[in-house]
Amino acid sequence: MSLAEGVLAIIEDYATKSAFTRVKTVWLEIGQLSGVETEAMRFCFDAVTRGSVAEGAALEIIATPGSSWCMQCGETVPVAERYDPCPRCGGYQLQVQGGTEMRVKELEVE
Amino acid sequence: MCTVCGCGQGETKIEGEHGHAHPHAPDGFSYVPHHAHHHDHEHGPEHTHAPGLSPGRMVQIEQDILSKNNAYADANRTLWKACGLFAANLVSSPGSGKTTLLVETIGRLAGRHPLAVIEGDQQTSNDAERIRATGAQAIQVNTGKGCHLDAHMVGHAFARLDLAQGGLLLIENVGNLVCPAEFDLGEAHKVVILSVTEGEDKPLKYPNMFAASDLMLLTKTDLLPYLDFDVEKCIEYARRVNPQIEVLQVSAKSGTGMDAWLAWLEQGVAAAGKQA
Repeated sequence: MSLAEGVLAIIEDYATKSAFTRVKTVWLEIGQLSGVETEAMRFCFDAVTRGSVAEGAALEIIATPGSSWCMQCGETVPVAERYDPCPRCGGYQLQVQGGTEMRVKELEVE
Repeated sequence: MCTVCGCGQGETKIEGEHGHAHPHAPDGFSYVPHHAHHHDHEHGPEHTHAPGLSPGRMVQIEQDILSKNNAYADANRTLWKACGLFAANLVSSPGSGKTTLLVETIGRLAGRHPLAVIEGDQQTSNDAERIRATGAQAIQVNTGKGCHLDAHMVGHAFARLDLAQGGLLLIENVGNLVCPAEFDLGEAHKVVILSVTEGEDKPLKYPNMFAASDLMLLTKTDLLPYLDFDVEKCIEYARRVNPQIEVLQVSAKSGTGMDAWLAWLEQGVAAAGKQA
């Protein structure tokens, strides 16, 4: 819920700056490893945007894949969960590189 | 909407504040939004999103959802660094023994460092009262329906504390292994507390929290003889999600391991004092 409120706060900041009164679509970039449940985000987004410039806006969630740097293999490998081993060597010496994003990417407004 | 800093009305209550008063610290606790870049542009017909409907104007945002919290956290961190404070954010499930551990920690530190505690709970000031009974300063933040502390409320709570230069600030977060992982409060380290009465696979079940923490404290180790908890397995799981995590085993009740935990805190206090 706080994250949905964060999204709305960002939209409202831009509503003043970029002079729009209605948001038609919101694109969020949510990493696979970020811990954000997209269904919960959709539900909360609808709840918090009621009565705001973003009421009724479509929410498009772009899922970005998780990736980690494997110290043993010396390369970036794809991972679906934080506790997954390296798909190449099976080790756990991994440093998360991508997939933790939680960003408001773009808005379609009028 | 709060007119001072734009925070939502919410249900957060900080002890000693009536309603939603704002005793902002004068020294730089203000939110400075950092919009690195922002530009509007009209999309051409190739970007029509819904056929048959006129496309709206596109506004590029590229801003982190937590950017507001992160700006408050940066302000806290800057302030605490200037004060030479060592701040630790203690996170765990409800009932892991955070408050008992804190009470015992404060007793053993025996006034060696200036110390204060910010207590986060949804309701009641029971925990702050337990801390104050030790003689230490404590302030309770009730998050109402919120499930975590955020950097903004912690900044307000800190403004009500009187903590001398070179002190130790212990923040006991709301018992929750999910959301507090994402909210930076400006602390030097997150410390995740896991009691041995819980499952040893918690690091795998709540990986984001264990990934965000620098130290895992296994508590209530005096109960190990009565439990099937596999300590080695638990540490292995924690290092799967965070190969760098340090681990200490403590029992606030028997005192086992408390020296190592106090040494870890004192090392942090010494390092923060040098930075100031």
